[in-house]
Amino acid sequence: MMSATFFILAAVTLIGACAAMMLRGLVHCALALAVAFAGLGTLYLNLGAQFLGLAQLLVYVGAIAVLIVFVILLTRGGDSDSPALSPTALPIAGVLVATAIFAILAWAVFHSVAIHSPGLPAPQATIRQLGTTLMADYVLPLEVIGLMLTAALIGAAIVAMKEKQDPQ
Amino acid sequence: MLGINFDQVFVLLKHWLLGYSPAAIQPAVSILLTIVPILLVFPVLFALTTVLERKGLGRIQNRYGPNRVGFYGILQPMADALKSLTKEDIVPASADHTVHFLAPLVLLAVAFLPYAVLPIGRNMIAANLDAGVLFFFAIGAISELSVFMAGWSSRNKYSLLGAMRAVAQMISYEVPLLLSSVAVIMAAGSLSTVEIVEKQAGFSGIFPHWYVLTPWGFAGFILFMIAATAETNRSPFDLPEGESEIIAGYYIEYSGFKFALFFLGEYLGMFAISGLGITLFLGGWSAPLPFLTWIPSWIWFFAKLLGLIIGFIWVRGTLPRLRMDQLMNFAWKFMLPMALVVVVSAGAWRFLPQGLTRWLVSTAFIAVAYLLLARGVETRNKIAKRTYRFAE
Amino acid sequence: MLGVGIVKGLAETARNFLGSFVDKDRLVTVQFPEERLPVAEAARNFPFLIYDGVDPEQGLRCVACQICEKECPPRCITIEKSKDKKPDFVGKQQFYPAVFDIDVSVCMSCQICVEVCPFDAIRMDNEFELSTDDRFGGLLWTKEKLARPNEHYMAIHPTEATEVEARRAEEKAQAEAKKQQPAVTK
Repeated sequence: MMSATFFILAAVTLIGACAAMMLRGLVHCALALAVAFAGLGTLYLNLGAQFLGLAQLLVYVGAIAVLIVFVILLTRGGDSDSPALSPTALPIAGVLVATAIFAILAWAVFHSVAIHSPGLPAPQATIRQLGTTLMADYVLPLEVIGLMLTAALIGAAIVAMKEKQDPQ
Repeated sequence: MLGINFDQVFVLLKHWLLGYSPAAIQPAVSILLTIVPILLVFPVLFALTTVLERKGLGRIQNRYGPNRVGFYGILQPMADALKSLTKEDIVPASADHTVHFLAPLVLLAVAFLPYAVLPIGRNMIAANLDAGVLFFFAIGAISELSVFMAGWSSRNKYSLLGAMRAVAQMISYEVPLLLSSVAVIMAAGSLSTVEIVEKQAGFSGIFPHWYVLTPWGFAGFILFMIAATAETNRSPFDLPEGESEIIAGYYIEYSGFKFALFFLGEYLGMFAISGLGITLFLGGWSAPLPFLTWIPSWIWFFAKLLGLIIGFIWVRGTLPRLRMDQLMNFAWKFMLPMALVVVVSAGAWRFLPQGLTRWLVSTAFIAVAYLLLARGVETRNKIAKRTYRFAE
Repeated sequence: MLGVGIVKGLAETARNFLGSFVDKDRLVTVQFPEERLPVAEAARNFPFLIYDGVDPEQGLRCVACQICEKECPPRCITIEKSKDKKPDFVGKQQFYPAVFDIDVSVCMSCQICVEVCPFDAIRMDNEFELSTDDRFGGLLWTKEKLARPNEHYMAIHPTEATEVEARRAEEKAQAEAKKQQPAVTK
């Protein structure tokens, strides 16, 4: 796992995430975030999770990143560029909080079961298995999610329609 | 025939060349030998398609196409390449230079990736992924981001408007595209392109097992090709880039070679998605009739690809451009329900026993849905016959 | 039904495409430098001077009356009368132009010079492939370049030319008759 490809992909993801924080233009940040998402997707692919990696690319980069840029453009966030990090105490506090979270997560990961168990073969989660599991064991959550998405779609359509009728 | 297996000639050539390289760099050489033909063949096909398109459109419009440069104009792409290379590269002063520069590169990178999962011949695929079709769609979704980058970075209202419209169009037409391929995936039982083609490679009597020859496959193929035309911003769905609509849409501010790169990216996307359509519906590299299997598989793939390209050119020469609202209505109110019905029909086909019943049931689902939905798409107010009043 | 119109449209374009290989009506392009469309008889571009016979100096019809120079709206004609005279087609001694220049970059092809010429000496030519890379000298046409034989006029504007020929033959006959007469009455 700690191969050259992992380092390269991790570097791309981290650079994308840092750029998303630090760049000045808001749309630049959104595009850097898309790079971070793509890096994450390729990390999943590197681990052998084909469906998850490709779904990450399809959904996050293909849809959610586009959604983010649309939102930036349709509201007025795109015009005002955020100023560069000002030399106040905020960045230092941010770094401290981030280090604390990283330390806690690292401690949790290193003390978890997965690292200490002897090399169990990773389960071959083929898409067929994913599909049958979803339809057989988890069919109720699937249907609930479907209903929720439909409700969200209808809600969005209603909210958009109501805005058009307001000027009357 | 001649003792050389023409079908596998490229595979054998690759193995022969690999044998000559030292064992240490063999993986790298293998990758190179797989990728370089793709990088060479499809841009050459792009060059041929530009000539074919201009001459084809010309003949449809009662004129010759370009016929001065080479033998019947075949060297026209050379002239076009020289022209685009020697044009001045103008970048607007207020444009965002980094993103402006990166947009055609991202588009091109994303345009070449899907060819990795297209089986061009028997045993001729660059990456035999288990989730090949999903890979294709994931990469296709990324290309929308590059369109947006191109439009936004030019700092031009019309460019941004064209980019927003293009992205909206691409997102809307992804849904019928994916749903019609879901029907094929259901019938084949796998997401791997190689398996989908192998499922269609058999014959029953004289008819191949291609999915396009089933009722749901036929409807699915038509939906897939319409969605493909819209995905690649091709006429009649080229509102975001129409010259008479919004000048050139999201690539207004690009000149010279970057414009040529956009063009290349668009056509490569067209070939890739036609390739996927061939793989899913037209049986990939398999021959249409049992006595024609002696023709190599890659020739069949390219023949079908050429047929689809001719179809694209034909449709471009025939149909007028769709307006944005007509386009979106068509996607959400006609194609999406139709694609869902195709999925249901494919399911019915899969679970009914072989025979006349499943043909009738499948066709009934599709025909009824088509007739009901078509009435929703047609314009409601009848356009009255125009009357004139002249001065006496 | 939805889709029928599209299919009919596709059939029409297919017919156009296939027909363009066999039917001349479906391929109306004229490949310009090799083929040309026939020019209409009354087409006009820039003027030219007519000469009768074979010698452009002797047969030039222009008598340097300078009416066209005065009437030309953009004043593109420059004429210098000669010092001596030469006989015209009826035998009368007339001046001739020593210098007759038309600046074609200024000429607007209005044909006024043709309308006012009393001697049928200047007419409109119909050549349009006149590009040159010499912007100033190449577009200042001198008498040598402007002089064309009457056969050329007959070829490009036949009806006008025959009418002019008839009129000039009549005038010549009248002049001959007048020349004969004094010998009779005296």
